Amino acid sequence: MIETHDLRRTFKTRRGPVEAVAGVDLSVKQGEIFGFLGPNGAGKTTTLRMLSTLLPITSGDATVAGFNLRHEPAKVRYQIGYVSQEGSSAPEVPGRTELVIQGRLYGMSKAKAVERAAVLIEALELSDCADRPTKSYSGGQRRRLDVGVGLMHLPQLLFLDEPTTGLDPQSRARMWDEVRKLRDRGTTVFLTTHYLEEADALCDRIAIIDHGKIVANGTPDELKRQVAGDVIVVGTDNAGEQALALLRGESFVREATAADGTVRLYVDRGETAMPQVLRVLDSAGIALASLSLNRPSLDDVFLRQTGRSLRDAA
Amino acid sequence: MKLLQDTWLMFQRYLMVFLRNPAWVIIGVLQPVLYLVLFAPLLKSLTQTPGFPSGGAYNVFVPGLLIQLGLFGASGVGFGLIAELRAGVIERFRVTPVSRFALLLGRALRDILTLVVQSLILLGLAIPFGLQPTVSGVFVMLGLVALIGLGMASLAYAAALALKSEDSYAPLIFTLSLPLLLLSGVLLPLQLAPQWLQHIAQANPLSYAVTAARDVFNGHGADPDVFKGLAIMAALAVVGVLVGARRFSRAIS
Repeated sequence: MIETHDLRRTFKTRRGPVEAVAGVDLSVKQGEIFGFLGPNGAGKTTTLRMLSTLLPITSGDATVAGFNLRHEPAKVRYQIGYVSQEGSSAPEVPGRTELVIQGRLYGMSKAKAVERAAVLIEALELSDCADRPTKSYSGGQRRRLDVGVGLMHLPQLLFLDEPTTGLDPQSRARMWDEVRKLRDRGTTVFLTTHYLEEADALCDRIAIIDHGKIVANGTPDELKRQVAGDVIVVGTDNAGEQALALLRGESFVREATAADGTVRLYVDRGETAMPQVLRVLDSAGIALASLSLNRPSLDDVFLRQTGRSLRDAA
Repeated sequence: MKLLQDTWLMFQRYLMVFLRNPAWVIIGVLQPVLYLVLFAPLLKSLTQTPGFPSGGAYNVFVPGLLIQLGLFGASGVGFGLIAELRAGVIERFRVTPVSRFALLLGRALRDILTLVVQSLILLGLAIPFGLQPTVSGVFVMLGLVALIGLGMASLAYAAALALKSEDSYAPLIFTLSLPLLLLSGVLLPLQLAPQWLQHIAQANPLSYAVTAARDVFNGHGADPDVFKGLAIMAALAVVGVLVGARRFSRAIS
C-alpha cells in the first residue's frame, strides 16, 4: 500500500537547511494498522504530509496506493484519506454539512454524499451533534468527526496524524476501537503517535523514527524481542553508576543503562538473573531500594536504539 | 466541468458560513456610511474650487467611496482564512482532488457577492443625500467593485497563506491599504493635488478605478478612461487570481 525509498525532506531555515526527514524506507502492507512512533519533532508529521501529497518530496521516491507520489499526486488523492493533527472542520459549520461537502469534493452526487454522511454519523455515534456547529463538540466528538471526514470517499488508505493526542482515556479507547473496525473492513491505516501504549496496543506493525531516520521497524513483539529477553529494573539510593559498573561486567547481562539511581539490565532469562543481581550487589555492599522484573516495552526498544527514553524525548 | 463545480461547492460552503453571521454585511457598510454622513458634507463647499470635478459633491464622492469599500472589504478577508488554516480546514481541502483555483475562486466569489450587496446598500443610502445614479453607472460601478474584490481578495488570501498569523497579516494590510487609499483620490479628487502627488498616484491601479467610477457617474460613460479603469482592474484581478491560486497549490508549512 505504501512503499518508500530513501524519502527525504529538507526545509530551508534562516540558519541553513534542516533535514527533517533523512532517508526513510517504509513498506506498509494492505489491511494493516501501521504505527509511526517517535518523539515530537522526529519527522513523523513531515513524512505523513509528504505521503499524503501535502508536501513536495525533496528527494527519494514513494508509491502510495498504487500510484507514484511524485508523478501522479492527483490519483493518489482519490485513494487516500487524511486526518490532520489540527482537525478538519470550521467551528461554525455543522458536522453533517462538512461531511457532505467533503464527499462532493470527491465527485459524489449530492444524494450519495448525504447518504454516506448519514452512515458515518451513525457508525461514529455522532447523531446527537451532527447538526450542531462543531464548536459545541467535545474533544472526542470532534476527533470522530475528523475521522469521518477522512473516510467520506471510502479511501483504501487512511492517514491519521496523532489521532488521540489530547483525548481523555475513555475517548482514546474509543478511537482505538474505531481504528480497529476500519482495519477489519479492509482499510489500511497509517498513524503517527508518540504514545508507546498506543503503538503497542493498536498497531500491527511499527516503525520508530528519530531525527528523521527510521531506527527500528517490525511488529511490536519482534521489536521487543530484539531488545533482549527481559528487563530487570534495579532501584538504588544514589548508587546507580556504581551498580552499573559492577553489573555491566557480568556475563548474564547483555546491556545495561543507568539514570537517576535506577539501573536497567537487559538479560536473556530474568528468573535466573535476579538472584545473581542480588548476590553481586549484596557483596559490594550496595543497598537496594527496589527490584523488578519486566517484559521489554517499546520504550526499551527506543532507549536501546537512540540512547534516550521516549518519555524524556517526547 | 470540474473547476466550475468545485468553485460552486466552495462558494456554497463559504456563503453558508457567512450567512450564519449576516451582521458582518452591515458592519462592513458602517464605515463607508460614516464617511457618507460625516465627511461628504465637507465637500459641498469645495465643489466650486478650481479643479474639482463637475457633477456635485455626492456624484463625485460616492463612486470613490465604493472603490474604498472594495479595497478595505477585500483586504480583510485573510483573517477568516487564517482561522481556517489553524482549524486544519485548508489542509483537509488540499488533500482532496479539488481544483486549487476553486479553493481560491469559491471564497473570492463569496467576497464579491458580499461587496456587491454592500455597494447596493451604500448606493441606496446615498440617494437621499443627493446622489443621482444612472443604471449604466451602477452596472459599471458594480463591475469595478467586483474586479477589485477579486483581485484584492486573491492577493489578501495569498498574503494570509504566506504569513499564517493575524499578528503579521494585520499590520501588512493596514500598512499597504492606507497609501493605496490616499493615492487613489477617493477622499479628495487628485485634480486638487500638486503635480508630484499626481505622478505618484499614477502608479496606483486604484486611482484609475476611481477615475473610471467618477466618469461613469457624471455623464462621461463613454470616456476612454472608463475602459482604461476597467481594463486595469481586470488585469489586477487576473494577476491576483494567479498569485492566489499558486499559493493555494503550494505547500503550507
